[in-house]
Amino acid sequence: MDMNSFSPMMPTSPLSMINQVKFEDEPDLKDLFITVDEPESHVTTIETFITYRIITKTSRGEFDSSEFEVRRRYQDFLWLKGKLEEAHPTLIIPPLPEKFIVKGMVERFNDDFIETRRKALQKFLNRIADHPTLTFNEDFKVFLTAQAWELSSHKKQGPGLLSRMGQTVRAVALSMRGVKSRPEEFMEMNNFIEIFSQKINLIDKISQRIYKEEREYSDEMREYGPIHLLWSASEEDLADTLKGVASCIDKCCKATEKRMSGLSEALLPVVHEYVLYSEMLMGVMKRRDQIQAELDSKVEALMYKKADADLLTEEIGKLEDKVECANNALKADWERWKHNMQNDIKSAFTEAAEENIHYYEQCLATWESFLASQTDLHMEETSEDKPEAH
Amino acid sequence: QQPAPLEPLGHPDAGLQSAVGEEAEGARDESPGEGTMTENNFWLKKIEISVSEAEKRTGRNAMNMQETYTAYLIETRSVEHTDGQSVLTDSLWRRYSEFELLRNYLLVYYPHIVVPPLPEKRAEFVWHKLSADNMDPDFVERRRIGLENFLLRVASHPILCRDKIFYLFLTQEGNWKETVNETGFQLKADSRLKALNATFRVKNPDKRFTELKHYSDELQSVISHLLRVRARVADRLYGVYKVHGNYGRVFSEWSAIEKEMGDGLQSAGHHMDVYASSIDDILEDEEHYADQLKEYLFYAEALRAVCRKHELMQYDLEMAAQDLASKKQQCEELATGTVRTFSLKGMTTKLFGQETPEQREARIKVLEEQINEGEQQLKSKNLEGREFVKNAWADIERFKEQKNHDLKEALISYAVMQISMCKKGIQVWTNAKECFSKM
Repeated sequence: MDMNSFSPMMPTSPLSMINQVKFEDEPDLKDLFITVDEPESHVTTIETFITYRIITKTSRGEFDSSEFEVRRRYQDFLWLKGKLEEAHPTLIIPPLPEKFIVKGMVERFNDDFIETRRKALQKFLNRIADHPTLTFNEDFKVFLTAQAWELSSHKKQGPGLLSRMGQTVRAVALSMRGVKSRPEEFMEMNNFIEIFSQKINLIDKISQRIYKEEREYSDEMREYGPIHLLWSASEEDLADTLKGVASCIDKCCKATEKRMSGLSEALLPVVHEYVLYSEMLMGVMKRRDQIQAELDSKVEALMYKKADADLLTEEIGKLEDKVECANNALKADWERWKHNMQNDIKSAFTEAAEENIHYYEQCLATWESFLASQTDLHMEETSEDKPEAH
Repeated sequence: QQPAPLEPLGHPDAGLQSAVGEEAEGARDESPGEGTMTENNFWLKKIEISVSEAEKRTGRNAMNMQETYTAYLIETRSVEHTDGQSVLTDSLWRRYSEFELLRNYLLVYYPHIVVPPLPEKRAEFVWHKLSADNMDPDFVERRRIGLENFLLRVASHPILCRDKIFYLFLTQEGNWKETVNETGFQLKADSRLKALNATFRVKNPDKRFTELKHYSDELQSVISHLLRVRARVADRLYGVYKVHGNYGRVFSEWSAIEKEMGDGLQSAGHHMDVYASSIDDILEDEEHYADQLKEYLFYAEALRAVCRKHELMQYDLEMAAQDLASKKQQCEELATGTVRTFSLKGMTTKLFGQETPEQREARIKVLEEQINEGEQQLKSKNLEGREFVKNAWADIERFKEQKNHDLKEALISYAVMQISMCKKGIQVWTNAKECFSKM
């Protein structure tokens, strides 16, 4: 189902993409724009899956063209993430949306799930594009530009499955050691990550709960308004007032739904992304610890074994460089990540507050205009009485 | 059984009566539940009624078992004309069951009046946070207000306010129950079964009453529905507000690890706490609104009671007319010798032989007496019926105006509550937004 990439008629203008994407750093120098859209279902004899259309627009020289259009499935995104982690073990790779949602889902592919995933995937790719190092990753480029068959053959290169498994086993053993000799600044970092992870998870749950409560409130309100209308049918003098109340309640109900949709656009995805980020960060810490532990074990080996001293010393030299690189990369990326996190959280909650303000302002206007209409009527009635006084 | 005379027992004390020349207007400008009434009603210019306290008591009931109940303090003040000062004239304690007794008495003696309802016996239409327990202090407080409202409604009714039993309820603590029971009102009450029978069998009730009955059914149904859904809405709204309170705690804990963001998070969290706690007052106010609607829910039953009385009287009238017509026919047949109607006497005559002319004369005489009596009864029943319809309809018109006025006010007060809630919301979220934007 791959489509050819050189269609001049792009449905989204770069201007609209700017609105969709939040710039992280150097907004004026952004030269890579990515959108993810048009989810399509594919059914084969073995499986059913969804592909997403990815459109890339760029002015970079290293790209063969200025526009690309490809189709990718979730598996491809997973592959990309794995490659990035491999290439940059102590950089903070953006998180992918979850493979499955744990609760409340009957079909794997209901519309809300697909839409949420689509937005998250778009965010994922744009975050990579905005990252000063990751944006130049070769696998990233291939992901954005290669046709399906090209991607498959590219994937087959690189270390095999067995060797990767072997690495993982060793890595786990080593990481335990690495924790003990962790330098102070990384202890602090780890402490932050642990607490942050706790708190952001709680905030995620709270925000989801608020959304749920608002949905249930809105459902009840939808039944509440019409009862007043029903009542007005058996009344004469009260009919107008009752109809007015019914109309106000309906308008407030709509305002609630708008608030909810604002929340699900602005707040929920951001908070959830940072939940996934916190998991990612713990992985980064582990990898850093592993690299450190590799060095430490060689140093220990040198202390106890007199033989192969030269070889070990050489290896240690290399590993010391490796550790230094890893630590510096993480430190720099950590600062960058924290800065982005603060901005993202700040704007997400500011927007959420704005949604609430707007909601209450709308409801206020509705009820105030109702009240005014009632007092006007009353004044009309009393002024009508006056001429008839006897 | 003859229906009770439509006049109150005895006359109220001179002090009260002197304030009332003719019927006082019943219009009320203040919403129920307030202690003072100071406008059109002459009677109330003289007197203030309040149910000022509620107290838990224990005592022994009729079966000598210990029970706990709540007693309410009723205070009556007379207001001096000139300087508006009030002086406490009476104060006594009553429990709910005594209010019920008073109302049942009024229902029997004033069947043409839409008698004000009592606040509910048990808490209904509760949303989860509200207790359904009768001993719960919030319930007791709302009931206290409801009982005060009941007394004020009765006191401001042009006819009911003059009733002596009502006056004694406010002034005579001991022996009041005996006094009420001595009126024998329970015996005078129409049996439920009789009323039901009449409802089904009456042929020509006044159309207006049929419509009114229909209206009261609709009113009861729609207000119940509204109260049920309102309780659910309140429940949900409570949930939305309270969950935001959790942000407060988490933000505060998070702020501990943040440097630049810490202050903003902390103060935003504080505003979330304020937001979460604001719902308690909001919903308490709404509960008063719900009580206002409930009063009219119960008023619907009072309306139906008046309709039932009319149906009963009309049915009684129809039966009496039917009976009279049949007697007249019997008489005619006996006089002319033709038998068109079936009668036992007729059958036995056929079987056992004709009766003597003397016997026939005697029977005709008895029938003529009965017919005479019957015609008089029918005349007075007709008169009673018309009086009832006239008086009842006058009170129904009064009630309709009161209802329209009160419910309109209640709906407007609901709007005012919503406005206040929105303003609070805007303020809190504006404050929170400022904290967020400074992070």
